[in-house]
Amino acid sequence: MSVKIDETLIVECETGNYHTFCPISCVSWLYQKIEDSFFLVVGTKTCGYFLQNALGVMIFAEPRYAMAELEEGDISAQLNDYEGLKKLCIRIRKDRDPSVIIWIGTCTTEIIKMDLEGMAPKLEWEIGIPILVARANGLDYAFTQGEDTVLAAMAHRCPEPEFSVRERKETIQHFLTFHSRKKEELVEYANHPSLVLFGSLPSNVASQLNLELKRQSIKVSGWLPAQKYTDLPSLGDGVYVCGVHPFLSRTATTLIRREKCQLIAAPFPIGPDGTRAWIEKICPVFGVEPQGLEEREERIWESLKDYLDLVDGKSVFFMGDNLLEVSLARFLIRCGMIVHEIGIPYMDKRYQTAELSLLQDTCIKMCVPIPRIVEKPDNSNQIRRIRE
Amino acid sequence: MKLAYWMYAGPAHIGTLRVASSFKNVHAIMHAPLGDDYFNVMRSMLERERDFTAATASIVDRHVLARGSQERVVDNILRKDKEEHPDLIILTPTCTSSILQEDLQNFVNRASIISDSDVIFADVDHYQVNEIQAADRTLEQVVRYYLDRCHRQEKWDQFLTNVPSVNIIGIFTLGFHNQHDCRELRRLLRDLDIEINQIIPEGGSVEDLQNLPKAWFNLIPYREVGLMTAVYLNKEYGMPYISIAPMGAVDMAEWIRQIQKNVNTLTLSSSNKRVDYEPYIDGQTRFVSQAAWFSRSIDCQNLTGKETVVFGDTTHAASITKILVREMGIRVSCAGTYCKHDAEWFKEQIQGFCDEILITDDHAEVGDMIAHTEPSAIFGTQMERHIGKRLDIPCGVISAPVHIQNFPLGYRPFLGYEGTNQIADLIYNSFALGMEDHLLEIFGGHDTKEIISKSISTDIGLIWNPESRLELSKIPRFAREKVERNTEKFARQKGIETITVEVMYAAKEALNT
Repeated sequence: MSVKIDETLIVECETGNYHTFCPISCVSWLYQKIEDSFFLVVGTKTCGYFLQNALGVMIFAEPRYAMAELEEGDISAQLNDYEGLKKLCIRIRKDRDPSVIIWIGTCTTEIIKMDLEGMAPKLEWEIGIPILVARANGLDYAFTQGEDTVLAAMAHRCPEPEFSVRERKETIQHFLTFHSRKKEELVEYANHPSLVLFGSLPSNVASQLNLELKRQSIKVSGWLPAQKYTDLPSLGDGVYVCGVHPFLSRTATTLIRREKCQLIAAPFPIGPDGTRAWIEKICPVFGVEPQGLEEREERIWESLKDYLDLVDGKSVFFMGDNLLEVSLARFLIRCGMIVHEIGIPYMDKRYQTAELSLLQDTCIKMCVPIPRIVEKPDNSNQIRRIRE
Repeated sequence: MKLAYWMYAGPAHIGTLRVASSFKNVHAIMHAPLGDDYFNVMRSMLERERDFTAATASIVDRHVLARGSQERVVDNILRKDKEEHPDLIILTPTCTSSILQEDLQNFVNRASIISDSDVIFADVDHYQVNEIQAADRTLEQVVRYYLDRCHRQEKWDQFLTNVPSVNIIGIFTLGFHNQHDCRELRRLLRDLDIEINQIIPEGGSVEDLQNLPKAWFNLIPYREVGLMTAVYLNKEYGMPYISIAPMGAVDMAEWIRQIQKNVNTLTLSSSNKRVDYEPYIDGQTRFVSQAAWFSRSIDCQNLTGKETVVFGDTTHAASITKILVREMGIRVSCAGTYCKHDAEWFKEQIQGFCDEILITDDHAEVGDMIAHTEPSAIFGTQMERHIGKRLDIPCGVISAPVHIQNFPLGYRPFLGYEGTNQIADLIYNSFALGMEDHLLEIFGGHDTKEIISKSISTDIGLIWNPESRLELSKIPRFAREKVERNTEKFARQKGIETITVEVMYAAKEALNT
């Protein structure tokens, strides 16, 4: 029995009447990741109540987050917003002493056109703590794209690399000849330009990815975001960057255009197939031949056998809310499931090119039709389609 | 602008949505940006609902910001009308959209011309009013809309029911133990031979609202929500109402006596028999409710004179204070509420029952007060429970805002005679836990277990290198020991002497095969 495979990927767009979470939700995981940060969300009661529920029990552990709650006087521009923010930031500095304060703009600040980017540098100079501004609002973004706006803002604060690429190569040669102990450490890794990975992951997952690349003799110079704000990696001309999350298209663009880095476009390390493809894309850039990936992937699939038996042949419909849908669909198809539709809030076709082609390849390999992709879905229409 | 990270009452639109989603066949539409419709998931999660919540959003995005909603809101209303056929559609803005100052009333008027369902605009000021006040107002608005229309069309049936009947106003979704309280009230009213005309808004239908005035009087179990409606029904239709919370044995008796008075007043005019509930009250208080007997028992004498702090919404904070003092002989050093708009009533109710009164919606003030007072137990919201955890003071939760654990699947009313039992249990258990911990501390209860498990792991002589030790320390405490043991077991099996980070991850993978 042969199945006609649809070669072209169709991406449709619907009305955008769907449910997703507000992008300020990114605060709930980013404040934990960046240990010396403080997040100040400038919004209203609605925003505050949402984060209170999202953080759940964590809110009682005095998280490094607070709301600058806008009241009627602020909205009608009767009170000076600079003075208001200054007072709050001074208090934050006194109570928590963070290395960075990140202002999160919301729908409200967009509508009243509060000039956060204008006020931040001035206040930073006055109180002596770096202040970043990320406009994570529901008018423009959905859910995980909040992290995208924060990382894009943070990218500007990364230091310049200390040497240019050519100089660094010479320095390494220098080390090799004179410092034999150092030599042992360097031989573990190939001689290659800086690689910085971007995307927020729990530190043990990040360590595992570092280890996987280390096995291929590739050294990860740093992560954006780093565990501490003071440990931000160096970015600049000659530095290679690679993302781990599908929703970081703005950060990728900022890194390419403003910081002049080279982006390695790879599918995302979600699932054993994705992880292998991700490593396979990175290795050739540094002239390294990937080793042992096929066996490793096979072994993982073996260990998942019980679960694979459970899901084999069953079907899935992605309604779409977190932008990870394409990678998840690809993984589940590889697991033997059928995906009817992939709803997704927004898909940057260029940033997800590699992932999309991996999706196509996986569909061909598993002999299933390529699911349709619907951007900005309409939940009611989707429910109707599910019933049909 | 103020620094906040916790609020006791949510924003106004949540109150409106709670009322809308409590009614049957009513659909709410939020005029809001993406993400403001988190109420949907909140409700299905906390109430453990199986169906989608009947609330959707008419999305406000950049286009709307630039050009206004134009046809979008009206189209969305009409679409819901066709898809779901609700009896009523309520349109509500959120904080964000209310700044846009679009003429939502106009959209509602236009839509209602075409749609089969009724359409109302929930008229609440988002910067003046909180969740609770908004719920009260929206309920009143809905009731008023239907009764006014009925009156205008001169359709309504002016006669009271033949047998005594009541409306219960104020049971709604995501309310603190509301569903259980409702069941208890039904049972009580059945015992008193009183019929229930309607319960609104939970499970009520807007089509039936026109029959509200047929009941003899109204019961408002929680004064925060429902009072406005009761006042309206009293003014326009002369319906008496009882707004005492039937919580605790003393207030229960008072509540039943007031019911008796109302029934007898109206009975006289239609010449039925008078009722006397005194024997019922007596029987329930002394025999059915265990609380009254228990509070005189030796176990409870332990608690006499102990100091507590109470904080919550006006209904629960006031009632619990009175129960603690009047019925259990426990002292209340400070009682407070975050319902600032009802402060006068609160103060009047608990005057003389406690040493200090605190009216605030700033959790930091409450925390300071508790730290300063050092009570033996706290009775408050989940925020007070966490303050208690930090200060090592036991706490029972008696009021919203709450977590999912306060939406129990089992039957746990706060009202009624069963409620008195539940409250007595809660109070006693809150104190007892504190004492248990204390005893364990004195007698070193947990020590022996630690020694046993330590000896198993140190026997082996495996070395953890500095990096793996660091990695281990990043694992949360409750999982760390397990990971440690699993890794060491793996290392022993493979004959590895030094544990590195790689060994840790290999052990983790091996665990899954």
